[in-house]
Amino acid sequence: MRWRQQWIAFETLVIKEFLRFIRIWVQTVLPPVVTTALYFIIFGNLIGRQIGPMEGFSYMDYIVPGLILMAVITNSYANVVSSFFSAKLQHYVEEMLVAPIPNYVILAGFVAGGVARGLTVCAAVSTTAFLFASFHLHSLATVLSMILLTSILFSLAGFINGVYARTFDDISIVPTFVLTPLTYLGGVFYSLDMLPAFWQKLSLANPILYMINAFRYGILGITDIPLALSYGIVIGFILVLGALALRLLDRGYGIRH
Amino acid sequence: MSKALDIRGLRKVYGNGFEALHGIDLTVEEGDFFGLLGPNGAGKSTAIGIVCSLVRKTAGQVRVFGIDIDRDFSSAKSHIGLVPQEFNFHVFEPVIEILINQAGYYGIPRRIASERAERNLHQLGLWDKRNSIARNLSGGMKRRLMIARALTHEPRLLILDEPTAGVDIEIRRSMWQFMRERNRAGTTIILTTHYLEEAEALCDTIAIINDGRVIEHADKKTLLTRMPRETFILDLRRPLTQLPAIPDFGLRQIDPLTLEVDLTRHCTLNDLFQALSRHGIEVLSLRNESNRLEQLFMEIVGNDDRERQA
Ligand SMILES: Nc1ncnc2c1ncn2[C@@H]1O[C@H](COP(=O)(O)OP(=O)(O)OP(=O)(O)O)[C@@H](O)[C@H]1O
Ligand SMILES: [Mg+2]
Repeated sequence: MRWRQQWIAFETLVIKEFLRFIRIWVQTVLPPVVTTALYFIIFGNLIGRQIGPMEGFSYMDYIVPGLILMAVITNSYANVVSSFFSAKLQHYVEEMLVAPIPNYVILAGFVAGGVARGLTVCAAVSTTAFLFASFHLHSLATVLSMILLTSILFSLAGFINGVYARTFDDISIVPTFVLTPLTYLGGVFYSLDMLPAFWQKLSLANPILYMINAFRYGILGITDIPLALSYGIVIGFILVLGALALRLLDRGYGIRH
Repeated sequence: MSKALDIRGLRKVYGNGFEALHGIDLTVEEGDFFGLLGPNGAGKSTAIGIVCSLVRKTAGQVRVFGIDIDRDFSSAKSHIGLVPQEFNFHVFEPVIEILINQAGYYGIPRRIASERAERNLHQLGLWDKRNSIARNLSGGMKRRLMIARALTHEPRLLILDEPTAGVDIEIRRSMWQFMRERNRAGTTIILTTHYLEEAEALCDTIAIINDGRVIEHADKKTLLTRMPRETFILDLRRPLTQLPAIPDFGLRQIDPLTLEVDLTRHCTLNDLFQALSRHGIEVLSLRNESNRLEQLFMEIVGNDDRERQA
């Protein structure tokens, strides 16, 4: 396939993926908005008042970055895992397999779909957030790049989950038992300094911690982790997961007999 | 003539250890209307799946218009259009989107894709349904949708895996017409079907697969002249109480008004009627017991099964 044809194939996939989650926006875009609003009312407003300022910001403002990023992570992941799994289950993944699209274009198409959902949800959740919290923006470049990279990373992870999944259980196990705990323990609601030394060390093994901190830096200008380290870790994970996803596609794992 | 498809020593062992293809050879000439026949589970869809990259081969070589799929599967695929045996579209997607997306996967711009989709949907009688979601089509419409989808990139080789299964007679005839026109316009067609009259009506070349082996591969005319015998059913004018002894014809009485007869290649229908007239038997009408290719198919597959059991 020539570049132009590959581009058309990519565009087709992206439009298809975009329409897929937009058509069902009540299931895809609305829930994170509702959840985030609840977090703000309960944690930010009611409990937050008892907590007092965190590193110079109100508790409400402190948790905004983590909550936005949490929604981006969950939604990017969910979009790709469910889209690819249904394509397998209903066999319409075959429409792509019989066509001359290179595997990296297929992967890029699904990831772009996940990123589109991540960004859409990010916009919706951010709007909600700033109805409750005051608006801060420290570095637009950091904010945009971290959102994009995090979204790519978890879209890739969702893709790999979709490739391995055989049943509906398989697509909910990772989000429930891995993703959610890691996000909660990744410092959405607290600063690393508040933990005992042992737990601080352990938290450093959690990749999501690095993303939340970098993103918080972009919004509030504070972080527990050096920025470069955060970027290094996110990009490193993207490269590893991207390579794994491509390898699975090349081997036809779970899609070719 | 060049070869549209050339398969050498193709083997497939599935993950569970089952050997579905035991090294088959098949050639389809460009422009041919090729019938791939065989009982359920013979390995037809497996072979087709390998050619279209849905199934990974265990061994062997496949060339599509001279392109080895191991060397350049991508260009090989761009020449093939597949109508699979099982429905495999997104059931909540509108018909027109399914076609345009499929074209997109082949790198065809939207504008050209919609023009082609419109033409093909008209020809296949689905234009009215273009905005329906696929799930709301009838079974026969879904099959035609998959044909339209396989044509969006104007493939030189069209592979149809039981495209007429569950399609009513009228639509089936119009699909035959459609396939014939495509073939005349230069598209090579490979068709699998369990309706042998369909293969007899459409195909120029026939291959029969049984148990993962090709047991017959010839042009249809040659094949039919090899028919050892043909069975006819005769409807009689008057009830027959006693079947007269007429040698050479393997005459059997089904009921007082019906006879069955096997005609070998040495006898003609004239011989038969002369013999019947001599015994005062009047025949009202005559029909084939089954389609000719069907009889031949039963013989060939039956012999193969017996040989392998022995
Ligand atoms: N994924 C699979 N795993 C294991 N065995 C399989 C698989 N797919 C097919 N088979 C076996 O391979 C054999 C050939 O199947 P195939 O679908 O190619 O037959 P077919 O000739 O197309 O039959 P039909 O006319 O019923 O469509 C069958 O015995 C089938 O059970
Ligand atoms: Mg089959």
